[in-house]
Amino acid sequence: MSPPAAPAPAPAPAAAFDPETWRAQFPILRTEMHGRPLVYLDSAASTQKPRRVIDRLKSFYERDYANIHRGVYELSQRASALHDEARRKVQRFLGARDWREIVFVRNATEGINLVAWSFLRPKLEPGDEILVTEMEHHANIVPWQIVAGERGARVVAAPITDAGEIDLDALAERITGRTRMLAVAWVSNVLGTVNPVEEIVALARREGVPVLIDAAQAVQHRPVDVAALGCDFLVFSGHKTYGPSGVGVLYGRGELLDAMPPWQGGGDMIEKVSFAGTSFNEIPFRFEAGTPDIAGIVALGEALDFLEELDLARVERHEAALLAGAERALARIPGLRILGAPKERRSALAFTLEGAHPQDIGMLLDLEGIAIRTGHHCAMPLHARFGLSASARMSVGVYTNEADIDALTAGLRRIAAMFQ
Amino acid sequence: MDRAAGIAEEQERILEEFALFEDSREKLEYLIELGRELPSLEERHRTEGNKVRGCQSQVWLVAEYDEGSRRLRFRADSDAVIVRGLIALLLRLYSDRRPEEIVATPPEVFERIGLGRLLTPGRQNGLYSMIGRIKELAAVYARLDAGRIAAS
Repeated sequence: MSPPAAPAPAPAPAAAFDPETWRAQFPILRTEMHGRPLVYLDSAASTQKPRRVIDRLKSFYERDYANIHRGVYELSQRASALHDEARRKVQRFLGARDWREIVFVRNATEGINLVAWSFLRPKLEPGDEILVTEMEHHANIVPWQIVAGERGARVVAAPITDAGEIDLDALAERITGRTRMLAVAWVSNVLGTVNPVEEIVALARREGVPVLIDAAQAVQHRPVDVAALGCDFLVFSGHKTYGPSGVGVLYGRGELLDAMPPWQGGGDMIEKVSFAGTSFNEIPFRFEAGTPDIAGIVALGEALDFLEELDLARVERHEAALLAGAERALARIPGLRILGAPKERRSALAFTLEGAHPQDIGMLLDLEGIAIRTGHHCAMPLHARFGLSASARMSVGVYTNEADIDALTAGLRRIAAMFQ
Repeated sequence: MDRAAGIAEEQERILEEFALFEDSREKLEYLIELGRELPSLEERHRTEGNKVRGCQSQVWLVAEYDEGSRRLRFRADSDAVIVRGLIALLLRLYSDRRPEEIVATPPEVFERIGLGRLLTPGRQNGLYSMIGRIKELAAVYARLDAGRIAAS
């Protein structure tokens, strides 16, 4: 059975533009914390889930659940069809040419590990280099370090500017004859910097270096088209994209995936098994050993439908305006310093407050029902670059409104007064 | 602070102090007050070796054992003030105590004053690791003391 390569048809964007109706679809945002309405400003860590995603998980288990790609009976075939349809939805969402280029993994981190182990490791030799940037999440540093360590290769970090942007000339200078991989975040999970991935991909292609884009903070905030972008690999996490936790996506160019050996062995990834030897299944199944998070994958498809109906161009305008407003409001608070000043910022904004440790800020805001992230946000090298060990970070999602920003601003003003 | 107070008495005092507070806000404000009053650790003690593992804030712990009085003394510090407040409470409980007393006393008083969730394992702060290190050191000295007493 070979399903067609075409993606699932796109849902039509809803006609009305009203972010409050977006917000109304998230049941958890009507809950209270410490007796105060929840102000959720940690979407960069994980987004909350709309009712329809929660309902889809439940209805899938109630009506459609069986293991996939195994049973001849109707229920298994229905579950398989829904799972395969979700893959087609991801294909459409990313603009991939072929559904075979979509590999389901647990999260963006696992996608990067898969590329590090299956694509890069076999061709890595002593002295080879993997180029990343100072602003990467640990997930886009550590997997490369592990395979580099095994092979006597090394991870090189391109510097970022005080504004929190990649220095493109410095990045280009660090591409050498030994560079085997370039791995860059599309949007920084701390600074919110939108990196010029089109230019970065063009640079990598000119130099003949394979390029992976960590889109964990990008695909839920702006439209994406991997075929137009021309990257070799791209990863994102379902749980940051209004979908369930435990499911993520690796996009890989078909010809590259096709040439890659399996990473993990097990069921569903084989063609024929005997003790004399085993041959492996085609892509993407070769990389999907064992029973996946079937319900999670189906619900991720629902989440992507949700995002496409909102229309990502509209989502981007709404969130960018909110973030710009937050930046203006926070910058006026005495003692507050915003990290970086990139030309374009999406998703997140990090800051410090004179005299107050980020952890103190987080714990005091929590009392007011305000959820932000504090710490190093899995980006210790980036914090070191700014001479810090920790920062506070607010981040936005489709449901964020001005009242959330006002609550944060008021809370931070009170804390600033306490610590001065 | 009255050093004659035993570890059980000190627990009671902490419970009484926190019984006065109506909500988490008042408790945190009190911790901030305690944190501000805690003497800072000298810069030379804020070393990697004295650091206990934590993700968000940094915690340093210095221990001294007085063989004459058989008491284990701790000093500690953090870069976050609420954590410093918790450290102040932990030191009242565990510092200047006999090793066997420390070993025998779990930090359950923190559960009872509603701060247990601040001391859970994981990435939040170094306090869980700090308690772990205090207990480890106490166990080592308790064994050494038991050995010495048996030998004499």
